[in-house]
This record gives sequence, C-alpha cells and structure tokens, in this order.
Amino acid sequence: MPLPVTPPNIRAVTLKIDDQDLSAREDETIIEVCRENKIAIPSLCYLDGLSVWGGCRLCMIEIAGQGRLAAACSTRVAEGMEVRTNTERLQRYRRTIVEMLFAERNHVCSVCVSNGHCELQTMGQSCGVDHVRVPYRQTPYPVDSSHEMFRLDHNRCILCTRCVRVCDEIEGAHTWDVMGRGSDCRVITDLALPWGQSETCTSCGKCVQVCPTGALVKQGTSAGEMVKDQHFLPILARRRHAQ
Amino acid sequence: MSRTVTIEPVTRIEGHARITLQLGDGGGVEDAKFHLTQFRGFEKFCEGRPYREMPALTARTCGICPVSHLLASNKACDHLLSVSIPPTAEKLRRIMNLAQLTQSHALSFFHLSSPDLLMGWDSDPVSRNIFGVMRQYPDLAKDGIRLRQIGQSIIETLGGKKIHPTWVVPGGVSEPLSQDKRDAILKLLPEGLEIAKRTYDFFKTLVPKFKDEADHFGTMPTLFFSLVTPKGNLEHYDGVLRVKDAKGNILEDMVPPWEYERLIGEAVEDYSYMKFPYFKAQGYPKGIYRVGPLARLNNANACGTPYADVALAEFHMLQESGPIASSFHYHYARLVEIIYAIEMIERLLKDPTILDTRVRARARSNRSEGIGVAEAPRGTLMHHYRIDDDGLITWVDLVIATGHNNLAMNQSIRQVADAYVDGNDLQEGMLNRVEAVIRCYDPCLSCASHAFGQMPLTIELKDASGRVVDTMTRG
Repeated sequence: MPLPVTPPNIRAVTLKIDDQDLSAREDETIIEVCRENKIAIPSLCYLDGLSVWGGCRLCMIEIAGQGRLAAACSTRVAEGMEVRTNTERLQRYRRTIVEMLFAERNHVCSVCVSNGHCELQTMGQSCGVDHVRVPYRQTPYPVDSSHEMFRLDHNRCILCTRCVRVCDEIEGAHTWDVMGRGSDCRVITDLALPWGQSETCTSCGKCVQVCPTGALVKQGTSAGEMVKDQHFLPILARRRHAQ
Repeated sequence: MSRTVTIEPVTRIEGHARITLQLGDGGGVEDAKFHLTQFRGFEKFCEGRPYREMPALTARTCGICPVSHLLASNKACDHLLSVSIPPTAEKLRRIMNLAQLTQSHALSFFHLSSPDLLMGWDSDPVSRNIFGVMRQYPDLAKDGIRLRQIGQSIIETLGGKKIHPTWVVPGGVSEPLSQDKRDAILKLLPEGLEIAKRTYDFFKTLVPKFKDEADHFGTMPTLFFSLVTPKGNLEHYDGVLRVKDAKGNILEDMVPPWEYERLIGEAVEDYSYMKFPYFKAQGYPKGIYRVGPLARLNNANACGTPYADVALAEFHMLQESGPIASSFHYHYARLVEIIYAIEMIERLLKDPTILDTRVRARARSNRSEGIGVAEAPRGTLMHHYRIDDDGLITWVDLVIATGHNNLAMNQSIRQVADAYVDGNDLQEGMLNRVEAVIRCYDPCLSCASHAFGQMPLTIELKDASGRVVDTMTRG
C-alpha cells in the first residue's frame, strides 16, 4: 500500500528550539519537530497517529516575543521562531498540572493494574512530584466493569480523550464520547450506556492500548500487570491516510 | 480513693492502643480494658472496586504481614473464580507465607519482646529496647536482624519486593520460580535454621526463670482455633478449621474454611475499634478463644518436619497435660514455628515440581461470594467478599488474626494487673508487665482495626467515678 507523499507546495522553515538551529516543514507542529529531533516535550493527550486535542497542557512552551505560553502540539512552526521547551517556569507549571491531575481523581498507584507502566505515573516522576500541594478532591467515581474483555475506571481517567479519538479516527466506531462539564466530565460509551451494552463497540481494544493510565484496562489483570502497546497506532494511521 | 491508670501508647506493638486499669478504693484492680484507638475503614472503601484489585488493596492493611493479606485475599479471589490453582503455584505461595512467618516472628521475638525477656520487666525503660539488646547481647541482636533479613530476602526473591509484592495473583502466581532463584533461597536456609535452633535452645534455658510470668500472663482456660491439615498437623496456608477446648477436647474439626461463619460471630464494644470475635456455640463473651502460634501448636498433632517435631514435643512438656494454657508461651511457640517454617521451605524448594512453569489458572468470576482463609503469623486470617455480576465488590468482611485474640487479650491484662499492679504504689515495671502480656500475642492493631494513625499505647488510672488520676504515655 503506498504511503502518503509530502505535497510539493509545502515550504521548509528554519527555527530555533532550545538554541538548536532546526529546519522543518511549515505544516508541522512544534511537538512533531521536537520529537523528530529528540527534544523531550511531555504530553499526556498527544499521540502520534491521532488528531490534536491540546487538552493536557503539559506540552506548553515559550516562544520568543509572545507573552503567552503556547501548546507545542497545536502550534505550527514559523520562520525565525525561537522556542524554549524546558524553562524553570515551564517546569513549575508542568508539575502543578500533574499534581492537579492526581488531586482531581483517585489515582492510587500502588494498587493499580497499570502501576509501573503508567504514563501519568512516569510524568509525575519526571516532573519531580514527590507530593501533591493541592488538596485531593477525594470524590468517588464509578467503575464500569460490564464489558467482557475490558474495564473502565473513571477514578483513573484524566480526560485526555485518546480513547475517543482512536475509536473515531482509527477504528471508525465512535463508541466513545465525552459527557458533562468540569469535574463531572466523563468519557462515555454510546449514549452513556454501560460499556458492556454498547452496540457500536467492536471490542478491538485500541482505546485500552492508547489510554495513558489505568482508566481503561483489560479484565483479568492484577496490580502492575497491565502493559500497553501503542506501536500499532502510527502504522495504522499512515495506512488510513494512504487510503 | 479509686483511680484509673492509663497506659498510652502501648509500646513495642504494631499499631496504636491504650490500656485502662480501673482501681478500687483499696488500690486493687477492678477492671482492665484494652482499647484499640485507630480507625481505617478498609471494609467500606473497598466497596465498588474490582475484585482483582483486592489482593493489592488489602495487603496495604499492613506492612508487617502484607503477604498474609495477599494470600487470604487471593484465596478469596480463587474462590470467586472457582478454580483449583496449579499445584506448583500452591507450593510457591506456601513458601512465601512461611518466609513471612519467619520474618514476622523474628520481629516479634527479637525486636519487640526480647528486651523484656533479657533485661527484665523492671529494667530501665530507656535501654529496654532493641538498641539496648544490641549493646548487651550483640550476637542475639545480630541473629534477630539476620533471621528477619532471610525471611524478607525470600519474599523479595519470589515476589520482587520485600513489602507488598504483587506476585501472588488470583489463580496462582504471576511468574514461575527460576532455578537461579531457587538456588539463591536454598543457600540462605542453613544459616536461618542454625539461628532458629540456636535461639530456641537459648530461650529454653530462660523459660524456667519466668515461671511466675508463665503462671499469670494470660494463663486461662480458653478455646484454641486454627487451621490444621486434613490429618490434623500444623498448617499455615490451607487445610481445615479445628477448635479445641482448654482440656484438649476437639469441639470442631475438619470444618471447611468457607464455613467459618458457622463457628464464629463478631461482637462490637463501644470502647474499642477492634471487633470481638467469639465462638458461637458458647455465645458472647463466654466463647473466648485464642489463635496464633500457641493455638496452632496446641491444635496440631504434629509439625511434620524433624526439628520442629522435637521442639513441639518439648513445647507440650511445658505443662503436665492438655493444651498449653499460658499466653506467655506464645514466645516459645513462635520459635518452634520459625524452625518449622525454614525446614518446610527447604522441603518445598527441593520438590521436583517446584520449577514447573504452569503456575496460573485463568478464569472469570464464577460465583458471587468468595472466602479465603490462611494462617497469618498472628493467627487465622479471613477475607470474605461479595461481588456483583460485573465483578465489583459489594461487601467485605475481614476477620483479622489479632481480632480473634481480643477477648483473650482483655482477660490477660486483667490477670496481669491483678497479679502485679498495686494502685497504692504504682511502678513502671508493673505497667510494663501489663504491656508485655499484650506483646505475647504480637498484636497487629493496624490490621485489626483496618485503622489510621501512628503506633503506640497508653495506661490510664481512673478513680471510682471515672476520673483520670494518672496516665503513663510512651511511644
């Protein structure tokens, strides 16, 4: 199957990221350029192969001449742009965001099936979250264990919407969606039916594999046993584009 | 004038507690109570969680005996799955349980109780602790630390972590044992057995010196409750329930663990967060029974390993006839069990099937109620769960080893207080004996209350009107 070819009218731009002179296609986002050049930018909602959501705000960067921070996943490169990806201010903001994610719901890592294989946990470690400075909300959220193969634990969901996007954009089922506002916001299957009663779910498990935490997991796993594999995603995404 | 003495916190135990002694006008003890002052709520907050999370969740009840909770919980989950786990997985689980028994008993004997036994009940409390033992009995202290390390190392080798390993899973264990790991564990055992035998021989020489304590430290007629093998031998992982009375008559035998509710009920008192289990046939509070090393050895016909069987025979000689009645001899029983545990670990590791790779049965939940029972270091531990059709927990009952001994501990402190406490001339050593009888049971109060907070305990002295007139707090 042929792979997509870069359109001929796309121009190259030059920019600086963390004092490195780089060139990129003008249709690329900053996070794409960073990842191509092995410049680490944290993110929990961005995933190569899915559309951009820009919800987690962990990939915020500083652009010279702009007072406001920008999200690297949803900001395109521009000629002469100067970007900082890891300043003290950014580190402080990122740590606070991760702390708020931990405080909002009930991420009890020690008993989680994703313990040791969780992107949120790894993010906490890399951001230096040794404690959470904001009060925990400690609001109980339900667990949907009605699906024969998979389980949804809202307590561990960070609303990154990767499940919603992969189901819509890659599997084409659009089983997942988002309901509610603020802290009542939830991912739902079909029209808020229990997952096991969903008529659109194909049980492909893509949502489980892209979920960064222990919110979506396989049934039958015990603490620390849920290891996710996301390698399929860019391959499938390229093939979808090629069709 | 009558008074109440409060000992708070009780020291060198696992968890927080307080003892109150009510003294009459003449200075004699009129009442004694053991109060558990923590609350945790495990049984409640587990509701709504997937049952497969329960082993890791309930293991957090305790940092000393997490393996016991892990095993009881996984056995309850096995019951929910309705599977028989592969025989090799059962043997591996047994090894981990015995390793934990070794380290926990070593902690109780060497770190928590040996200061009283070696330095005396009335010695200076400033040095009456493990550091004092290190100074005055360095070889014994090293033995204790090493024995505990051996138990912990076996747990770590098997489960990847010393505390809160997650290697035991519903249906078996997550990984088979490799030859390297088996050999590494086998190498540790000769030294462990040597320490256990040496300590046992040393303690035997001490026992005659404690005749008075043996006569007054919870020396009372109670029932004894434990698991035994179907042949009636010492058992820590599976088997059937046996209840023996103070004269040695077997009241209940060959009772499947999932019928435990037929045997015991749980009462609640407003002065403690710990429940008061009792033997149903005799009612509350008459149905007092003891669990743990003393009960296990009293109930067992034999241990089934060479050195431990010799030690068991010597244990039975501590008294002319019948089950050993004194709770002081929990210490003795603990040392016998350490010998047994190390011998049994070696036997299991040398089993030709121990390296089999089939160690996990897989299934979904096939029933709505699961019960898992195992012997924790402190006694019989029961996990009882109910789940809904989706496998989410709807109800939990954790009957904790220390809880079984609650009535016995209350009766024991009364007995010790009667024998040693003089309200007219209160001495620290008297109160230390009251604490020491609690230490005989090696209570784990964090487990027993499913509770909050830090460790220690207090003794309160109240007058007849209930006014606190003296308090001793240590921690």
